[in-house]
Amino acid sequence: MRTKIFPIFLIFTFSIIFYVFYKGLQNTNIYTPEIKSEIKIPNFDAKEFFSKDKVNSDQIFIGSNYYLLNIWASWCVPCKEEHKYLIDLSEKENIKIIGQNYKDNFDNAKNFLINLDNPYDYIFLDYDGTIAIEWGAYGVPETFLIQNNKIIKKIIGPLNEKLAFEIRELTQ
Amino acid sequence: MNILKFLVSVIFLIYFFSSDLKAKNLEIEITKNLRCLICQGQSVYDSDSEFANSLKILVKKKLNEGLDEKQIYVYLKDKYGDWILYDPGFSKNTYFLWLIPILMFVFGGAIILKKVILNKKKL
Repeated sequence: MRTKIFPIFLIFTFSIIFYVFYKGLQNTNIYTPEIKSEIKIPNFDAKEFFSKDKVNSDQIFIGSNYYLLNIWASWCVPCKEEHKYLIDLSEKENIKIIGQNYKDNFDNAKNFLINLDNPYDYIFLDYDGTIAIEWGAYGVPETFLIQNNKIIKKIIGPLNEKLAFEIRELTQ
Repeated sequence: MNILKFLVSVIFLIYFFSSDLKAKNLEIEITKNLRCLICQGQSVYDSDSEFANSLKILVKKKLNEGLDEKQIYVYLKDKYGDWILYDPGFSKNTYFLWLIPILMFVFGGAIILKKVILNKKKL
């Protein structure tokens, strides 16, 4: 009896281990810590994209309007994929889309906007990526929904249909 | 007089470079204690990703602004959570992590002690 239990136990254990690891393969391996919701937005100085005028974040995010901050770069491939959702959202009246141009070449970024259309109401430059860190961002693309100087929703990675719909629901 | 001038300038240069080196060392120490969040198992110092490079610049900026090591850790913890620090502080999320070795030591010790006592009784 004892000799039979042992192999069965062994097979059982290994199949559980196999199952756990197999499931784990499909999980994303980027760990994103839970963020406290409603974080206040950071205060920073930046330069406007076209005019290169100095601007403070207070002058960009004003009052109770909805703002969608999108961190993008012309060299970032997923940014191209999500661009159509941003253009869709830019047609919505009550939401202003702010672009943060991340570590980019100005001419490439300008061509990107000419070729794919410009959904942004305002763009500022983040030439060394430090403003992205102020936001607690990981890279490009990343999107933040902001109201009353607070981050309501944070999206890491490109927008998709479901997320664009969620943003529409939140800004009803 | 010339020799004196030369000496003063040499001392000044040595002092200047050594203070610069100290700042650089602190910067390296801090970035070594930060986890690169988008890389696997690398510190910010070791990584050359966009994220890590920006973080290196930011640490330098914050040091120039006069923040000390602890303040920089607190600042980054606010933004990214405990995960960014290689040495997480003792909090309600981490007390289990910190206490496990002690618990293992106590329980292991208890088991060994019990066995030893039982063996002695048998003898």
